[in-house]
Amino acid sequence: MADTVFLALSVLTIGSAIAALEIRSLIYGSIALMVTLSGIAGFFLLADAPFVAMFQISVYVGSIAVLILFTVMLVRRELIFNKIEDPRRRYAGIGLMIIIMVGLGTIIIGSGLKTITTDSPPVDFKKIGEDFLTYYSPALVVMALILASAVIGALVLARREDVTTGQRTD
Amino acid sequence: MLPLVNELIDFVIVSVALLAIGIYGLATKRNAIRMLFAIEMIVNAANLNLIAFARFIPNSQGQTLTLFSIAIAAAEVAVGLALIIVAYRMYKNIDIADFRSLKG
Repeated sequence: MADTVFLALSVLTIGSAIAALEIRSLIYGSIALMVTLSGIAGFFLLADAPFVAMFQISVYVGSIAVLILFTVMLVRRELIFNKIEDPRRRYAGIGLMIIIMVGLGTIIIGSGLKTITTDSPPVDFKKIGEDFLTYYSPALVVMALILASAVIGALVLARREDVTTGQRTD
Repeated sequence: MLPLVNELIDFVIVSVALLAIGIYGLATKRNAIRMLFAIEMIVNAANLNLIAFARFIPNSQGQTLTLFSIAIAAAEVAVGLALIIVAYRMYKNIDIADFRSLKG
């Protein structure tokens, strides 16, 4: 059975996930998304993965959330609060969500996952460094290339051709 | 270190809930940035599953793969936001129903 910290964390995470999608202002929505991502980092801590939790906080809460906030601020003001939605589509979406939750939930609860427990000590995070430098070292190099190409691609995409040097359009 | 009181099924249930909320957002929202939020939630549900199963096997490779997954998601968000900014500059809107001419 889950303890109180786990329950509180799951309520916080799922509640703020719903708020991130449903709250009217996109700025508050992105702050709610930040709370969701921090809650996931809390789950990582509960699952004895402190290194991944710190990585999650520094990457998601530190950089991605700030990136999203700045993008939201670049968009026109009335679009931030704009919320056009087809009501029929909305009901269909809620139905889909409930079907997935109930269906996958019953499958998982009915499966043998419930009996899995462990008494083994948690994995030492030094083992992750060994993994990175031995078995996964080619993947690590490829990952560095992917990150570099993603950053360069984002810069090229977001560049404006119509503004030359020394000229500003505010 | 405290003994682990939570079971695997708890983590998986939370992950399923996050996945369902993400799919709901992806299906209903027309705002491009909100769809990006939904994608983030789905990716995080997958990461949570990886970490939970890695704890209960126990194995360090799940954590390694989660680190890779987080880095890939960061790259994906950067490119996705750049695409949204380009589309906003072209159409002056972030409603995906307006991005008609992207269909070719």
